[in-house]
Amino acid sequence: MTIAREVPARQERLLVAARRLRRRALSDRRWSNVALFIGGSIVVLVAIAGLLAPWIAPYPPNELNLMETLQPPSSDHFFGTDELGRDVFSRVLYGIRLDLAIVLVITYVPLLVGVTLGMLAGYFGGWVDTVINRAVDIVMAFPFLVVVIAVVAITGPGLVGIFIGVLAVGWALYARLSRGEMLVIREQQYMLAAKGLGYSTARILGRHAVPNLIRSPLVFSVADIVLNLLLIAGVSYLGLGVQAPTAELGVIVADGQAHLRVGWWITTLSGLVLVTIGVGFSMLGDALADRLGEELRLTV
Amino acid sequence: MYRYLGRRLLHSVPVIAAVTVGAFAIIVLVPGDPALNMLGYNATPESLAILRRELGLDRSVPEQFIGFLRGAVVGDFGESIIKKEPVRDVIATRAVISFSLLLYSTVIAVVVAVPLAILSAVKRNRWQDHLMRLGSMITFAMPSFWLGLLLALFFAIRLGWLPVAGYDKTNVLTILRSLTLPAATIGLFLAPILARTLRSSIIEILDQEYVEAARARGFRESRVIGRHVMRNSLIATVTVLSLIIGFMISGSVIIENVFAIPGLGSLIVEGVLERDYPVIQALVLFFGLTVIAINLAADLAYAAIDPRVRLVDR
Repeated sequence: MTIAREVPARQERLLVAARRLRRRALSDRRWSNVALFIGGSIVVLVAIAGLLAPWIAPYPPNELNLMETLQPPSSDHFFGTDELGRDVFSRVLYGIRLDLAIVLVITYVPLLVGVTLGMLAGYFGGWVDTVINRAVDIVMAFPFLVVVIAVVAITGPGLVGIFIGVLAVGWALYARLSRGEMLVIREQQYMLAAKGLGYSTARILGRHAVPNLIRSPLVFSVADIVLNLLLIAGVSYLGLGVQAPTAELGVIVADGQAHLRVGWWITTLSGLVLVTIGVGFSMLGDALADRLGEELRLTV
Repeated sequence: MYRYLGRRLLHSVPVIAAVTVGAFAIIVLVPGDPALNMLGYNATPESLAILRRELGLDRSVPEQFIGFLRGAVVGDFGESIIKKEPVRDVIATRAVISFSLLLYSTVIAVVVAVPLAILSAVKRNRWQDHLMRLGSMITFAMPSFWLGLLLALFFAIRLGWLPVAGYDKTNVLTILRSLTLPAATIGLFLAPILARTLRSSIIEILDQEYVEAARARGFRESRVIGRHVMRNSLIATVTVLSLIIGFMISGSVIIENVFAIPGLGSLIVEGVLERDYPVIQALVLFFGLTVIAINLAADLAYAAIDPRVRLVDR
């Protein structure tokens, strides 16, 4: 009797558990789809805004209008005007354009360098691996911002220092990522086959290894874009990066700080755009990482 | 353990060397004449010569490096050119402020992050978890300086509860008041990173047998979470904090500038803008060594707790 009663109960429990698992998987999937859609849309919109800035901005970014200083947002000036009567919306559009361009360079140049070095380290092993690995350790021991500031101390404030500083540090994570991938790939049958066919090392690496190891660096790069965007805006906010009066999002936020009491919109709205761009890339990166079954690394 | 200790210390030697050389190299790599950069083109030849001697630029590079090393060992980095004070004294006063700020921010970050992480781990993949995920994504994408300015706009300008900026060192209460907004900013900026990492370690803890055992003994869920999960997740918290120390320092550099807190972060930015090379060199070395020391301490503490760590990376 007891057994007969227990069996259906057990089945029932299993069924409940299975349903819960299914619901969980579905909800995960749904989140990933929503994130992909929203993140992707934001990124596309922002890219269009940046590309078309010179054509869609209602005013030139640095045009002064001393008759209309510190105007709150209106239909004439969507984001209001600043203390010199410049149209904040136009400045933000140009800022997006400049920031995206910088961020693409400081994300993908280190990616290229890092992936190449990591791949070589993983493929050849031995002293190549030791040297590259030690260099990665050293670079990763520094706080990122301090390195960038140190380089800016050498070059003087401006973009050159930022480029050098980010390149000096940014490659390390990509090297570590792709070295790990390479260690796995090296042992695969197709690599042995390519070697057996007598292909040159360059061809083996370029044709057979790169397409297989590039995926996780590319996924990570989307999250890295957010970090680099914040870095550029942060350094420019400090007065060490892009220099005022150039329209750059960090510079615009900093400009508004002095007028926080009389013109909240300058800082608030330009910063909000920065957050939106960041959220867009974060969501896109998260969704991509979900799809490829990799844990997105938020921290560096 | 001693073998691990030795190996780990040996590993940090090249890193320390690189940090030291890097900090020293700043003044050598500056294009042109650092003395001229600092004083401008109106400087007289005499004052330039004096400054060059002060900076040690009249000696050869190896001699300069030995002088820098000797100074670094005893903590003597010469005199700040702009502040006319020994660099060591400037750093010492300001380090106290930065350290209190970081401590205060860490407390806020932990207080915010730990309950959130537990909630989202317990309610894994429910709406609470998704909300947390979205929230952490938004704060993660938020520039810390902007978050700071918004907090200032609301709590200082609108409500007038706290000072907008500045550091009032009259007494402990005013210091606490001056540091609250900056600390809240850094704390809120760290909390999501902490919460996300903690979430996964708490999920692991929830699957442990001792949690099962505690439940089997019939303890209430609140006690299981409060006593068994919380306590173990604190170890994970400390590890995560040591991993993101570089992040915290970067955050404090920016936030100190937002709120005009006279700490090390605003000192290094002032140093760069004023081309006060001795200050920059000393701070780069100081920040680098701090991060290395904290990472080392965390690794060793970890190895002391968990013997398996010692076997990895042989």
